[in-house]
Amino acid sequence: MSTGRNLGQRLRMLFSSSYLLYLYLPILILPLFSFNDSYYISFPLKAFTLRWYAELAADPSILAALANSVQIAVVTALLSTALGVLSARALTRGRLRGFKSIVGLIMLPLVIPELILAVSLLVVLNEASLGLGKWAVILGHMLICYPFAVAILMSRFEGFATVLEEASLDLGATPWQTFWRVVFPLALPGIVASFLLTFTISFDEFLIAFFLSSSEPTLPVYLWGQLRFPKKLPSALALGTLIIVVSFIVVAFAEWFRRRHAAAGDAP
Amino acid sequence: MYEFIKQPTSSAPAPGFAITSRISRPSAAWLQLSPGLILVAGALLVPLCLLVTASFWSVSGYGDLDTTFTLANYEKLLERPGYARILLRSIGIAACVTLITIVLAYPLAYFVAFDVRHRKLIWLILITLPFWSSYLLRVFAWKVVLGWNGAINSGLISLGVIDEPFSFLLYNPLSVVLTLSHAWATFAILPIYLSLEKIDRNLFDAAADLGDGPVRRFLRITLPLSMPGVMAAAVIIFIPTVGDYITPALVGGPDGLMVSNLIQAQFGKANNWPLGAAVSVVSIVSVSLLSLLFVFAARRLSASIR
Repeated sequence: MSTGRNLGQRLRMLFSSSYLLYLYLPILILPLFSFNDSYYISFPLKAFTLRWYAELAADPSILAALANSVQIAVVTALLSTALGVLSARALTRGRLRGFKSIVGLIMLPLVIPELILAVSLLVVLNEASLGLGKWAVILGHMLICYPFAVAILMSRFEGFATVLEEASLDLGATPWQTFWRVVFPLALPGIVASFLLTFTISFDEFLIAFFLSSSEPTLPVYLWGQLRFPKKLPSALALGTLIIVVSFIVVAFAEWFRRRHAAAGDAP
Repeated sequence: MYEFIKQPTSSAPAPGFAITSRISRPSAAWLQLSPGLILVAGALLVPLCLLVTASFWSVSGYGDLDTTFTLANYEKLLERPGYARILLRSIGIAACVTLITIVLAYPLAYFVAFDVRHRKLIWLILITLPFWSSYLLRVFAWKVVLGWNGAINSGLISLGVIDEPFSFLLYNPLSVVLTLSHAWATFAILPIYLSLEKIDRNLFDAAADLGDGPVRRFLRITLPLSMPGVMAAAVIIFIPTVGDYITPALVGGPDGLMVSNLIQAQFGKANNWPLGAAVSVVSIVSVSLLSLLFVFAARRLSASIR
């Protein structure tokens, strides 16, 4: 009996490790070939080179796309986190009638294919003659970032008691002072995590930006355009590698920040 | 993803506290919720309604919209079998992806929930991390791996295993299924893990005491109790993958095209927005109906097991 269980455990361990490795393999292919001195993405590897990265740095349209991406991601992250703070606070303080339907409505954009979100926004913006560009992309990105912000911030707000806010108000602080001196510092780890994660979502997002960015392409939209040209493929790999590295650093920092503060003892 | 959102419990007023406190007034709560709800209403609900409306319009001349009511788009979708075929193919591909992803994810979720004791957090972070890399790049990586000159073919050739590259690796429904089931793995592992983690471990001892072996115990306790997680995973994967655009566009080829490519073509090259809107409406409605049917059937099934 006990040897049987160990065998099962070992099999599951073997399967899980290989499955996890399989999940990472394709992502590791990109950096590997981005340092390979050949236009063709195939084995055997040729010499090590940095020329594809040098090619990126020399391309002014990449810098323009990068600037668009960063602007869009920063504004999207700020706005969706701000909305997330308000909503999460409302949802965690006291019982709200229709709680489930409200959360369902907020999470709805996550289960609708992004393409449908993109084309329906396209039709509306066109009918209202509002035009496309960065602001249109920000609107679309807020829609998919806001649910994440709410989810992250709700779990943070559930972590500290309402009593502190009550005390602050009882001691004569105005709601404004209470927010900035009690609620905000306590929620800060969640706010930072939400900002960084929504930044990453917006920075990586392709489809909505593809439909709505018009003449102001983001980095993924620019990358998509490059994929058609075989000669541009290696520098597209280099650009992809940089995008992945940026996302992983931002996410790792967000997780580290969130957990450090969760461990620091401001528990409920 | 929704599992950790629950009705708040920590903020329930403690005994002795006034029930209606200043910070939990319903009106204040609605005021704080309103910006977010306005966003969802303005950027999702209104556009979706307009999309439905636009599906009853038509185009005249060079893509100018004619807003008189017509059923022509839907008639076209019914008359030409090509549209139905692409929709059915999308649904078939998404169903395969859902099934494969769940079957592969279940043992990993089981392993993390029951076998891993000390390094659970590391496993969870490792599982979640790929999700945070760009979806476009993950799909693109598969194109690089599977291509005619790609990593697998050129690797096997340089090792001397094969002489001619395999052509069946890329540009067919199979490569779409492979890529999608890889890209959505996180969304299957996490919900299943969460539902396994919730199972009361005392039940296992009870089953063992009553003479159930490991297999019976799994079939009668673990599997039924983890069904909510499996169902959540199925819905979370099935709905977006039916409508996925990037994967079929990059690795699908002509035989692997899905409904999103059809929609995109109408909003792009073909410049027939009303037809694109009609295809969108048909795909949303059929996918929602199928998901509801699935959830209903799965509930009935798991109720009959217990």
